[in-house]
Amino acid sequence: MKIAVLSGKGGTGKTLASVNLAAAAGRSTYIDCDVEEPNGHLFFKPGDIKYERITIKIPFVDDRLCNGCRKCVDFCVFNALAYVNGRLKVFDDICHSCGGCVLFCPEKALSEKEKDVGQIQKGVSENVTVITGILNTGEASGIPIIKKLLNDADKALEPVFIDCPPGSACIAMESIKDADYCILIAEPTLFGVHNLNMVYELVRLFDKPHGVVLNKCLEGENPAEKFCMEKGIKIIGRIPFDSELGILNSNALIAARKDKKYRDMFSSLLQIVTKEAQNETVINP
Amino acid sequence: MKIAIPVENKSMETTVCQSFGRTPYFLIYNTELKDGLFIENDAATSQGGAGVKAAQIVVDSDVNALLTPRCGENAAEVIMAAGIKIYKTVNDSIMDNIDAFNKGNLFVLTDIHAGFHNHAGK
Amino acid sequence: MKQLLILSGKGGTGKTTIASAFIKLSNAKAYADCDVDAPNLHLIMDQPFKPVKTDYYGLPKAEINTGLCTKCDQCRQNCRFDAIKAGTHYTVDYYACEGCGVCEAICPAKAVSLKPAIAGKLMLYTGDSVFSTATLKMGSGTSGMLVAEVKKQMKRAASDTELAIIDGSPGIGCPVIASLSGADMVLIVAEPSVSGISDMKRIVETAEKFQMKMAVCVNKFDTNIENTKEIELFCEKYKLPFTGRIPFDPEAIKAINNALSIIDIDCAAGKAVKEVFNKTIKILST
Repeated sequence: MKIAVLSGKGGTGKTLASVNLAAAAGRSTYIDCDVEEPNGHLFFKPGDIKYERITIKIPFVDDRLCNGCRKCVDFCVFNALAYVNGRLKVFDDICHSCGGCVLFCPEKALSEKEKDVGQIQKGVSENVTVITGILNTGEASGIPIIKKLLNDADKALEPVFIDCPPGSACIAMESIKDADYCILIAEPTLFGVHNLNMVYELVRLFDKPHGVVLNKCLEGENPAEKFCMEKGIKIIGRIPFDSELGILNSNALIAARKDKKYRDMFSSLLQIVTKEAQNETVINP
Repeated sequence: MKIAIPVENKSMETTVCQSFGRTPYFLIYNTELKDGLFIENDAATSQGGAGVKAAQIVVDSDVNALLTPRCGENAAEVIMAAGIKIYKTVNDSIMDNIDAFNKGNLFVLTDIHAGFHNHAGK
Repeated sequence: MKQLLILSGKGGTGKTTIASAFIKLSNAKAYADCDVDAPNLHLIMDQPFKPVKTDYYGLPKAEINTGLCTKCDQCRQNCRFDAIKAGTHYTVDYYACEGCGVCEAICPAKAVSLKPAIAGKLMLYTGDSVFSTATLKMGSGTSGMLVAEVKKQMKRAASDTELAIIDGSPGIGCPVIASLSGADMVLIVAEPSVSGISDMKRIVETAEKFQMKMAVCVNKFDTNIENTKEIELFCEKYKLPFTGRIPFDPEAIKAINNALSIIDIDCAAGKAVKEVFNKTIKILST
C-alpha cells in the first residue's frame, strides 16, 4: 500500500502527517519526494545512510567529427546548442536530455556524459526505512530524482508513505503517480482552501482514491471543512491546532515517538487511512 | 563595421529593446554604408534558451559588435566566442547609440546577468 | 523599476501575507504573483475590474495519428520521458510529454506530430495599479516560462513604476529561479522551525547565485525563540541583513481569512511587518 500525502499549499502539515504516520506504523517506508526542500530526514535523523548519485545525460561534441552542419542546433527546441566560430557549444543548464541531437547527428559527433542533479539518501530510523530525495541547488527540475524514488518505492517495505511537494504542477503529479491512496492535508485558511481545490482536481484527474485530513483545526467555522462538505469529499481525520504539537514539530521531533497521546492519535488515523485505502482499492481495483 | 541592436519595431524611429534574448527584432546596421536592415528574432517566442538562440542569430549576421542594454551569461558566451564585442547602450534612441558607437563613446558591457532559466520543461 | 521579490524556501511561512502588507504599505503601483503553481495573492488584493486573460502556451505536445501508425515502436523506445505507451494503440501521455520532437522526427510513417498545448492562463489587472498573475494548468511543467511571462506582462503595463513587489513561490526550482532573474532584491521569510531553517539555507544558497541584495526576516518568531535566535546568528555569520521579527498572531489569520491584509486591521503582526518593511525598503533604496 502506497499512501501519498499532498496539500497544494505549503506548510499545511504534509511532513507532520507522513512522518508521524510512518512512525506510528512501525515497520514502514517514508519517502520524501519534496526534493527541493526535503524535511522528513530532519525528523527521522536516519542512520546507516547509503548515498546514490542521480544524474541526467547531457550531450558533448567530438570536435574532430563535427562538420558544422548544425542539424542539432536546428533540431533542439530548447535552444541548448549554438554553433559559433567553427565549434558547437552545449548549454548544460538548458538541455532537457531528450537525446535528439545525439540521435540525429549525421556524423555521430555527439555523445552523452552524466551530469549530477541530486542524490537519494537511504537510511533507517528505528523500524522505518527513510528514503530522501535531494535536488542540488541551482538545478531546475527534480523529476529525475522523483522518478528514481518511486522506482525504489516499488521494492520498498509497505506501507509506504510518500511526502509530496507543495503545488499541483508536474513534480506533485509525478509523486502521486503510483499511489494507491492520497491523503489531502487541509488547513482552515482562505489560502489553504484555494490550494486544496487545486490538488483535489489533480487527484480526481488521476482517479486516485483520496480523503482529507483537516489540520490545525480551531474553534468556529472551518473553511476547509465547508469546502469538503460542499464537494462531498470524505474527511478522514481532524488534527486540532495544538501548541504542544507545534513546538515538537518545530523542533523536528516526531510527536508519535515522543508522547503516547500523539502515538494514539496517529495510530487511529493510520487505521482509518488503511481501511479507506483498502476499501477504495476493492471498489475501484 | 556592422553592428546589431535589439529593437522594438522595424523602423529607425523605434526604441532599443530592454531585453536581448526576447527582443522582437534586431537592427543590423552598416556604419560605413549608413544602411540598416531589420531581422526577426525567432528566439522571442521560444520556450526557453532565448538568449542562446538570439545570440546565434546575431552571430550568423556577421556583425562586429552588439549594442545592448543587457545580456545574459549564456548569450554572452556565444557572442564573445564569435569575437563580437558587446557594448552597453546609453539610452533607448537608436541613432544616439549609433552616434556614440561611431565616436567611440560606448563602454563595453560588463554586468552580464545570470540566466533567466525560463526554459520549458519541469 | 525596482523589483522586490519575496521568497521563503519552505511553504506556509507567510510570503503572501507579507507581500500583501508590503504592497499596501508602499502603495506599490505594480505587483505580481509568481507562485503560478498555487497563486493566492489575488484573494487578498481586491481588484475593481476584471482582468485581461491570455492563454499561455507551454510546450507543444505530441499526438499520434493511429491511422498512420505502424506500431514500429521507434517513438516509444526513443522517448526519454516515458511519454509513449504501447497498447491497442500507441498513445502519448499528455503530462509526461516535454515536446522535444524526437518522436515526430523519428517516426518513419509520419504518424506523430507536435500540437500547441495550453498550459495555463495569464491574468493582468490594470486600474490604479497593475497586478499580474497566472495559473498553471495542473500537472504542467514550464512554470519557469510562465513566471517570466507574468513579470514581462507586469513590466510592460507598468513601465514607469518605481517599485514592484513580487510574491514568489516555495521551493528552489524552476519557478523560483525564473522569479529571481531580474529582481533587484530578495526578502526571505523564514519560519523558526528546524525544517524552516533548513529550507531557508537552501533558498539563500540558490539566491546567492544571482548576486543580488538579500535580507531575511522571521515570521511567527514567538513559536520558537531558540530557533529564531539561530536564524539571527546565521544571518550575522553570513552578513545577511536581518530586517525583523513578526509574531504569530491569531488576528492576522482572521484578517487573511476575511481577505484583508494584516495592515488593514490593528494587530501585532501588522505593527511588526511595518518595521520589517521600513528596514527592507531602506536596503533596496541604497
